[in-house]
Amino acid sequence: MSRLATLLGLSQGSEDQQQLQTAFQESNRAKTPSRQTTNLKMSPIKYYYDLMSQPSRALFIIFRLSGMPFEDRVVALRNGEHLTDDFKRDINRFQRVPCINDNGNKLAESVAILRYLSAKGKIPEHLYPKYFVDQSRVDEFLEWHHMSLRLTCAMYFRTVWLEPLLTGRTPTEAKIEMMRMHMERNLDVVEEVWLESSDFLTGSTLRVADIFAACEIEQTRMADYDVRIKYPKIRAWLKRVRQSCNPHYDVAHEFVYKISGTGPQAKL
Amino acid sequence: MPRPIQLYYDFMSPPSRALWIALKWGKTPFEDCPIALRKFEQLTDEYKKINRFQKVPAIVDGNFHMAETVAIVRYLSDKGQFNEQLYPRTVQERARVDEYLEWQHLNIRMACSVFFREAWLFPINGLAPMPKPERTQKFIKDVETNLGLLEVLWLEKDFLIGDHLTVADLFGATEINQIKLCQYNVNAKQFPKVARWLERVREASNPYHDEALTFVYQKAKQAASAKL
Repeated sequence: MSRLATLLGLSQGSEDQQQLQTAFQESNRAKTPSRQTTNLKMSPIKYYYDLMSQPSRALFIIFRLSGMPFEDRVVALRNGEHLTDDFKRDINRFQRVPCINDNGNKLAESVAILRYLSAKGKIPEHLYPKYFVDQSRVDEFLEWHHMSLRLTCAMYFRTVWLEPLLTGRTPTEAKIEMMRMHMERNLDVVEEVWLESSDFLTGSTLRVADIFAACEIEQTRMADYDVRIKYPKIRAWLKRVRQSCNPHYDVAHEFVYKISGTGPQAKL
Repeated sequence: MPRPIQLYYDFMSPPSRALWIALKWGKTPFEDCPIALRKFEQLTDEYKKINRFQKVPAIVDGNFHMAETVAIVRYLSDKGQFNEQLYPRTVQERARVDEYLEWQHLNIRMACSVFFREAWLFPINGLAPMPKPERTQKFIKDVETNLGLLEVLWLEKDFLIGDHLTVADLFGATEINQIKLCQYNVNAKQFPKVARWLERVREASNPYHDEALTFVYQKAKQAASAKL
């Protein structure tokens, strides 16, 4: 882990080191019991992920909340570990995270993984309902979010944070402005349509839709975007999501908090 | 008999066509409710009551309103109103179809829809000039990257998921057919598996396939002759 921290430029100060360590100790403590309870014929699923990836964090939080045992397989995107031939052949032919291996059955695409595990009874109904009418509301959000919220938040993050880091070139103001406009058009829909009359995106309680959406929005923190300024409903909803998912939410977002320099402690 | 679902759609929308073909092919009864996007009928207050996102396709089932094609497929399937071959019920098979349906959004669908929008929809409506050749080349490159992924990663068998037609094929083919409007045709030498698969999907889903695409074919011809 310290290697990843170094790569992310997080291991400069000793204070950072200590906070990271605390986070990972906590994360390991939470993992231990699930590993001990896997006294079954089938082994637990292998979960390949990187907490820098939004859907990776979403599934990580969902698995933890579900109490589902899984084998931790961290893939360092920064090292290009997903781009090797071995990864393509043995783990995920699309060379992305997250993905799983369930006793030989390889599956990619976070939403498909969620549905598969739900069908196998691993995801509690309060997170992803089994009753089809309720489930379809959550599905409606999950399908909607790809080409709207997910795409535009990810593009903003890439343009403002990732690409300058990789290329050394700063994007023009006009380009950032355009990316922001695309993103805010979708944040408007979250604020005005999805959160119009309920505490959570698809009803009065936390569902997987909220977790997927929050992880996408949190990613923009790293590009110094603060969603809470313009969007009071999103602001209040993000707090509710974090509270409902903690301690797992903060563990999953440790790097996001670090890189953005915006811990949630100051905001609560 | 209870009232069948109402399907709101426009044949100019790729997911509308995929859903329409799937319902026809699978013999799911529905009420035909066409919405003319070219007349901006989706933007009326009346339609907003049907679908708060003001897009097509959408369904109404009694008092229940649902948007997003994949979510609609899943809803109808769970109600027993969707063909089981097209959207399988066993966990493993369904997971494979779902993997494609989730993958396509930010891959084949995005690449084809950006190309369509920039090189046909916007110019034809006077919203933007025709893109410069370099930009068009970039759109084509994005499309072809994804056709390459279909060729290498998805088309190991006759159809995207195994040996027979599923909704995955209908979703995939319909996106690629959309860019005929931009005068793009899949090159059978460059993407032999994709080209054969498109033909197989067409045969397996006809006569509905061609019926849903009549308008696209006609417009594509018009666009071609306008250039000459």
